[in-house]
Amino acid sequence: MLISIASGKGGTGKTLVATSLACAIKDTYSVELIDCDVEEPNAHIFINPEFTVSEVVETPVPKIDESKCNHCAKCSKACVFNAIAILNESVLTFPDLCHGCGVCAFVCERKAITEVPYRTGLIEKGYAPGIKFKQGKLDIGRAMATPVIKKLKEDAGKEQDVTFIDSPPGTSCSMVEAVDASDLCLLVTESTPFGLNDLELALQTINQLGVPGAVIINRARPEDRRVEQYCQQNQVPILMQIPLDYSIARLYSKGITLALGSPQWRENFRHLFEKTKELVR
Amino acid sequence: MKIAVSSTGASLNSQIEPRFGRCEQFIIVDPETMRFEVMENPGSIASGGAGITTAQEIARKGAEAVITGHCGPNAHRVLTTAGIDVITGVSGTVQEVVTGYIRGQYTPSVNPNAPEHFGAGAGFKRGKGKGSNL
Repeated sequence: MLISIASGKGGTGKTLVATSLACAIKDTYSVELIDCDVEEPNAHIFINPEFTVSEVVETPVPKIDESKCNHCAKCSKACVFNAIAILNESVLTFPDLCHGCGVCAFVCERKAITEVPYRTGLIEKGYAPGIKFKQGKLDIGRAMATPVIKKLKEDAGKEQDVTFIDSPPGTSCSMVEAVDASDLCLLVTESTPFGLNDLELALQTINQLGVPGAVIINRARPEDRRVEQYCQQNQVPILMQIPLDYSIARLYSKGITLALGSPQWRENFRHLFEKTKELVR
Repeated sequence: MKIAVSSTGASLNSQIEPRFGRCEQFIIVDPETMRFEVMENPGSIASGGAGITTAQEIARKGAEAVITGHCGPNAHRVLTTAGIDVITGVSGTVQEVVTGYIRGQYTPSVNPNAPEHFGAGAGFKRGKGKGSNL
């Protein structure tokens, strides 16, 4: 079973929920946790895994043999990402814009283009007691997170009973890549106008992907019920509310996730998982 | 000679558009006769790499100088490789800046003066930099 944990807005508590879920059920199920927030992976802080394997992630980018190129610009016109510029006498490539689709090499009649690997990031694999853990790290200066996430998800959900995916925030390509193909997406939000606005966007995104969703409200404030009202109107289940509580923040700031810091919350997260499982069925 | 100016409108009296890659139209002026043509910019609707495609189009038009507000690193690389002078940080009408250029009031910039995605509008990675080489 593949459960992704996403949000529209950043900083709502995706990692808190993902790590707590993993820790709460690890004695009952075999669990895998994948941190797909490759721009700033932080789930490892709460899981403390021992990394045993690291693999470089590369994407194919064009290399142009200038002796064969006649500057016909077919490659440049075919590239929707504008990663190749053809000038009168020179060719410029922009590997950071390249999505590795290979269309440039395909359309080149002179066979002047070969695809060469371009490093974008690293994935690390390891174990913590009861949890198989993976994370991706996008190299500094790189813009394309999706190849790293794709590689992280290659064998996701194959060995373990449950795989949790800690998604990047937002609703752009990297979130889509992380959430895609999951059995259910838990959307973590907060009871603020920003939380609600971005929750709506995230729900629209997962609807497009055909992934069912449920909501968790973090830092819930009883005086702002707009998220609850929205969920009721749109028949989106709210599976858990985590209050705005100093002691939770305090634990988290010490690198202790909620399910490990509080026996009561550990129970709550076990319960959350059972409810999640029912929704998947 | 041809000079390409990023413009908010289709005449010599139009104000300069500060964005390069996302500018909708360029006025390409012959400063000797002040005759001009309007170039619709394919980069304004590009999903990415707007500055690159804009710079390529300007090179194809045979311009020898570009006058604009902000120019990012990718566009700057294409323009300078094509041997085009890049004048940034300029404001005023198209007529004014072309006259200024001919009088030698501006120095071509050696470096880009905006980060990538500067003119792309609201987005997760919206650029925040500002700068001028003047």
